[in-house]
Amino acid sequence: MSLKTIKLDDHVIACQEGDSVLDALLRDNIDIPYHCRRGVCQSCMIRSLDDAPPAASQNGLTDVLQHQNYFLACLCYPEQDMTISLNSPKDFFTEMTVIDKKLLNLDILSLTLKCNTPLNYYAGQFVNLKRHDGLQRSYSIANNHLLNTDSLTLHIRKLKGGLFSEWAHQELAVGDTIDISDSQGLCYYLPNQLDQNLMLIGTGSGLAPLLGIISEALHQGHSGDIHLFHGSREVEGLYLIEEMQQLTQQYQNFYYTPCLSSDTLSNGFAKGRSHDVAMSSISSLKDWRIYLCGHPDMVHQAKRQAFLKGAAIQNIYADAFHVGTALAK
Amino acid sequence: MTETTTLYEQLGGEAAVNAAVDIFYRKVLSDYRINRFFDDVNMAQQAAKQKAFLTMAFGGPHNYTGEDMRKGHAHLVKLGLDDSHFDAVMENLGATLAELNVPQELIAQVAAIGESTRNDVLGR
Ligand SMILES: Cc1cc2nc3c(=O)[nH]c(=O)nc-3n(C[C@H](O)[C@H](O)[C@H](O)COP(=O)(O)OP(=O)(O)OC[C@H]3O[C@@H](n4cnc5c(N)ncnc54)[C@H](O)[C@@H]3O)c2cc1C
Ligand code: HEM
Ligand code: FES
Repeated sequence: MSLKTIKLDDHVIACQEGDSVLDALLRDNIDIPYHCRRGVCQSCMIRSLDDAPPAASQNGLTDVLQHQNYFLACLCYPEQDMTISLNSPKDFFTEMTVIDKKLLNLDILSLTLKCNTPLNYYAGQFVNLKRHDGLQRSYSIANNHLLNTDSLTLHIRKLKGGLFSEWAHQELAVGDTIDISDSQGLCYYLPNQLDQNLMLIGTGSGLAPLLGIISEALHQGHSGDIHLFHGSREVEGLYLIEEMQQLTQQYQNFYYTPCLSSDTLSNGFAKGRSHDVAMSSISSLKDWRIYLCGHPDMVHQAKRQAFLKGAAIQNIYADAFHVGTALAK
Repeated sequence: MTETTTLYEQLGGEAAVNAAVDIFYRKVLSDYRINRFFDDVNMAQQAAKQKAFLTMAFGGPHNYTGEDMRKGHAHLVKLGLDDSHFDAVMENLGATLAELNVPQELIAQVAAIGESTRNDVLGR
C-alpha cells in the first residue's frame, strides 16, 4: 500500500515500507557505494532530482549539499515517489557560444559564454569546458547568477605550455561554440545567514569564484563583514584592483586586501602570502564562513589554519585549482 | 527497574558527537606528536572519520569490527604508529570530554572502550 517508487535513469525501483533507498537499490543490484548504513560515513550520498528529500536523510550534510538535494540513501525512507541520480553534473553538457573575450591582466583572460536556455548555477561553482577534440578542464564561475541566468563568465589563466589555457587565449574566438558541463561544486554563497562574517582568500585566478560569491552576497543584502584577500607574487599577477577598491567605497562592510608574496614592498599592498596575511588579521574565526580558491597548497594550509582559528569545518568552502600533470590529458 | 540508558545516550548521542568532533579534531591537528598522521587534504572526509571514531568510542551504533580497525590503521602502523601515539589520542579524547563537562565516570567508560581497541588499531 505504501510502496514508493524510485526512478533512476531507466530503472523504476520499488521501495517497500520500512526499507531505505539504499536497501531498495541494493535489492535491485544497483551498484552504489556504502559502508556504515547509519549515516556516518556519507559514502552512500546521492541526489534527488525532483523534490527535497526527507530532512532526516540530510542529517549531517553541509547546507550547500542540502540545498542541492543531496541525501544519504541509508537514512532515506521515502515519503513519496522519488527521482534520483547517481551521476554527477559533470556528465551533462550544454553547447554555449563565446560572446566576449578580454584580458584582465597579461595572463588572465575573461571569457563570457552564452546559452539559449537559462542555466542553473551559482557563482563560485565551476564548470568543465570540453573542446571539440574532447580535452576537458575546469573553470570557476565569476559572474552573479541573480543578474544573468543565460551566460557565464570565467577567468582563464594562461599557463606556459598549458594545452587548454593557451588554446583558449590564442585560438578560441568570439562566435565559437564549446561544450560546458552542468555546474558543479559546493563553494558558493547561500543567503541563509546574512549577518555571518565572510573571509575569502584567493590566489591568481582564484579571484574568479570569489568575485561571483561577493557579488551574490552583496546583491542578497549580506550585512556581515566581507573580507577579501587576493594574493600573487608580483603586482602583475593581481587584477581588478581598482574595481575592488571601488567596491570598498560602495559597501561599508566590504574590505579588500591585495597581498604580494615577493620581497618587493609596494604601497597599498600587504606583504606576505594571502592566507598568512588573512589569518594574522583576525584573532578568531569562530562562526565565520570561509571561502578559499586557487593554488592547492594555499587552500590546504588555509583550511587548516582557519579551522585551528575556530572556524567549523562545515563553514570552510574551498576549491583547489589542481592542475593536472602534462601526462594527464 | 532495569538499567536502560546506554553510555552513548548518557553522553547525549549524536548531538554529543557533533559537539565533540571539532574540538577533538582541533586538538589532534595541534598535537605535534600525532598530527602528521592526520595530514589529509580532505578535511571534511577526515572529520567524518573522526565522527565515526567518536561514535564508536562513545559506545554508539557502528558497524566496525576489530578487523576493520586493523585494516583502517594498517597504513599508519607502517608509518610508525605505536603506543605513544595511541596514548596521545586517548589523552586528546579525555581532554575533549573534560572540556565538554562530561562527568569523570563517563570519561572513564569512554576510555575503556578506546582502550579495548588498542591491539587492533596497532595491528598486534
Ligand atoms: C575545481 C577547479 C576549478 C578551477 N578553476 C579555474 C579558474 O577559474 N581559472 C583558471 O585559470 N584555472 C582554473 N582551474 C585550473 C584549470 O582547470 C586547468 O587545470 C588549468 O587551466 C591548466 O590547464 P591547461 O590545459 O592549460 O594546462 P595543462 O596542459 O593541463 O598542463 C599544465 C602544465 O603546466 C604545469 N604547471 C602546473 N602548475 C603550474 C603553474 N602554477 N605554473 C606554470 N605551470 C604549471 C603542469 O605540470 C603541466 O605540465 C581549476 C581547476 C579545478 C580543479
Ligand atoms: C582509540 C582507538 C581508536 C579508534 C576506536 C579509532 C577508530 C577509527 C575509525 C572508526 C576510523 C574511521 C575508519 C573509516 O571508516 O575509514 C579511523 C580512522 C583513522 N584513524 Fe583511528 N582510531 C583509534 C586510534 C587512532 C590513533 C592512535 C591514530 C593515530 C595517531 C588514528 C588515526 C586515524 C586516521 C589518520 C584515520 C583516517 C584514516 C584514513 O585516512 O583512511 N586512530 N579510526
Ligand atoms: S552508508 Fe554510511 S552514510 Fe550511508
